[in-house]
Amino acid sequence: MSALANAPFYVTTSGGYLLVLAIILPAVAVLAMLLVPPRHVARIAFAVMAAGLAVALVIVAELVGTGMALAYVVGGWQPPLGLALRADGLSAAMLAMTAVVICATGLFARFHQCLEPETQDGRAATTFWPLLMAIWSALNAIFVGEDLFTLYVALELLTFAAVPLVCLDGRAETIAAALRYLMFALLGSLLYLLGAALLYGVFGALDIHSLSRLDGGAPAVTVALGLMIAGLLAKAALFPLHLWLPPAHAGAPAAASAVLSALVIKAPVFLILRLVLDVAPSSAGPLAGQIFIGQILIGQILAVLGASSILFCSVMAFRQQRLKLMIAYSTVAQIGYLFIVFPLAAGTETLPAWGTIAWTGGALQLVSHALAKAAMFMAAGAVAEAFGHDRISDLGGFGRILPISALAFGLAGLSLMGLPPSGGFIAKCLLLTAAVTGGHPWLAATILAGGLLAGGYVFRIVDRALATPAVELVARRPIPRRLEAVALVLALAAVGVGFVPLQPFGFLQLGRPAVSAMVAP
Amino acid sequence: MNALLDVVLVAGLLALALHVARARDDQGAIVGFIAFGFLLGLGWVRLASIDVALTEAAIGGGVTGLLLLRVEAHTRDSSAPDRTARPITIAAAAVLCIAVTAGLAFVILNLPSPPPTQAPAAAAALDATGLENPVTAVLLAYRALDTLLEKVVLILALVGVWSLAPDHLWGGAPELRPAVVPEPLSYLARVLPPFGVLIAVYMFWVGADAPGGTFQAGTILAAMWLLVMLAGLRAAPDTRRVTLRLLLIVGPAVFLAVGFLGFAMAGGFLAYPAGAAKPIILGIEAALTLSIAVTLGMLVSGPSKRAPTS
Repeated sequence: MSALANAPFYVTTSGGYLLVLAIILPAVAVLAMLLVPPRHVARIAFAVMAAGLAVALVIVAELVGTGMALAYVVGGWQPPLGLALRADGLSAAMLAMTAVVICATGLFARFHQCLEPETQDGRAATTFWPLLMAIWSALNAIFVGEDLFTLYVALELLTFAAVPLVCLDGRAETIAAALRYLMFALLGSLLYLLGAALLYGVFGALDIHSLSRLDGGAPAVTVALGLMIAGLLAKAALFPLHLWLPPAHAGAPAAASAVLSALVIKAPVFLILRLVLDVAPSSAGPLAGQIFIGQILIGQILAVLGASSILFCSVMAFRQQRLKLMIAYSTVAQIGYLFIVFPLAAGTETLPAWGTIAWTGGALQLVSHALAKAAMFMAAGAVAEAFGHDRISDLGGFGRILPISALAFGLAGLSLMGLPPSGGFIAKCLLLTAAVTGGHPWLAATILAGGLLAGGYVFRIVDRALATPAVELVARRPIPRRLEAVALVLALAAVGVGFVPLQPFGFLQLGRPAVSAMVAP
Repeated sequence: MNALLDVVLVAGLLALALHVARARDDQGAIVGFIAFGFLLGLGWVRLASIDVALTEAAIGGGVTGLLLLRVEAHTRDSSAPDRTARPITIAAAAVLCIAVTAGLAFVILNLPSPPPTQAPAAAAALDATGLENPVTAVLLAYRALDTLLEKVVLILALVGVWSLAPDHLWGGAPELRPAVVPEPLSYLARVLPPFGVLIAVYMFWVGADAPGGTFQAGTILAAMWLLVMLAGLRAAPDTRRVTLRLLLIVGPAVFLAVGFLGFAMAGGFLAYPAGAAKPIILGIEAALTLSIAVTLGMLVSGPSKRAPTS
């Protein structure tokens, strides 16, 4: 037993190098893009997108094939001194989802740029690509990083890539929105770093595995986790820290909005999940009672904030006059669902958190919202491009001119409302079941109310799309089919997620200790 | 004697912090902030963290201060209405700051003593790297991936700054030279750079075995370059110039290349072949120093203000 305990936890597995590639390939692209003439920048992006998508899919295949997590010890320096990367089932699902959305966004952005050949090699078009690649590298690092400081660097990379995306068009109001985003994001980084430093002060280690095995220093750990989670909440834009999000996500160019809303805010949510699940001391420790209450309390606070997010921001979404602002508010509302998972997925001695249906529901909500929201922002981008504005009241009958975009919007809307068949339906159905069986009537009511409100704001747009206006709506310019098709493909993917079975999903539990190992002392 | 020094240091830090928070004019606050950075550097020296002290003085005091001064000069002429925070905002900020400070003080005073640390492990593994400064070993061996990603962050920050240029000026040069160059500045810009370069080279070289290293050396080089540009002795380069771009990426590129060579030669990404670690690390550091200098210099210079030539 002691020999087993002393064996290093992180051992490089056969496919471990793929994790390095997932982080480094987009970073290589960033450097290369700075060197080549502007007209070649998009080509580098497409080469790396093809390679990165392949890497993500091979990681998933490797995980399914071996049934074990992939790991890589960087430079051969064993943690806690060195750094390790690790991908379990959830991480691999995130990597694959990210690769798909990034590649779709890349295609959409390229088709969009081709509409205006004269600015194709200009500032905004050329700057977009290294920012997109940096976001990809940062997200992958967040999904596979095993060290709190690596994760901090990845968060910074994410921030410094996401903020310029917001003000890429250079208008004064988007620069103001970007600045506000920057302030929130930097405050979040600062709090996260403070917490990480405190944890190092208590435990002398920063890798998640070491932290998960250590107990004690309860007040400092509580403060540290509180600071880190508060910081991450600011980045994830959970109510009431969501103020920066609507102007930033609505003002950004369509392709940028898609990435920001679908992927960027998921990174802090993922980290909060890891902190609560892996770093917050487990109930098996010597200070069990006290800390376990702390963990439950964190979960309940997060759930209250999540529920407020769902209700408040769904209403706000319904009241918006502009399409992109409506979608942005809907993002804050949908993020709320990810936080009501915490009390619902609270594990027991015999059933770990990742074996619960709420865990599967949360993960599915994460993935299906990413696909659906990217599709919605792209469809809105096509609408704005065609008519030169996105005022909802003046869009009557847009479905006749842009049928594919209207369809993509409607299908993506299914997922947000939680209607079958869609990933959102499965996710919300699982969460609702968990809430009802777990004795959380208020959360169950919130899920239902959120679905109704989402139905309200989605049907408002679908109604506009199908309306017959007094004055015929005329497109400012023709929109190529392929531009609209990207949104449709993503919306169909969100619907496709709805065909996974309604039960705890085995893939998401790969690389997690089995139940028996959990309860062993 | 040392205790007295510490008390004076802490009192000075508190007084400066209060001055920065209360100063009515922006320029006065910034000058206070720069002084605060240097004094904080001294504080780190007292805590025997020379590497942190050097970085704090160079980045916290020096480069950030210069950046703030340039922003202040830039916004002073604009006719934007003066916006002062409402008392309620100030009170809320004060309450939040006090709460965080009190919480941190409570927690830090209750940290385990002696604190658990990786320092012995970092020192014990030094032999494998051939280095003698454990800080450099942490940055370029044990946690090389973090350092590598940080350098990409730095470049991304520059991409972000450049993206703020108006479309027709994109790719052009930033403008640093003030309308009137004060005589002392011009004199300093002629006299200081040779010494600055010498100190930077020393910092880089000594970093392998003693406090110092790429970031400090790169910052000093950047400061010298900025001095020359501010005095108008040399104009800032066009941001699209290939030489500039090459210098920007050479550090991270060499770092990445070594990382990939590790797959072939040392059994893994960012692993160094036994015995050759130190020369390889010095090579990476040399390239990184150049890239950091150019990145910081261009970051402070800001987005393009002139149309690209040719």
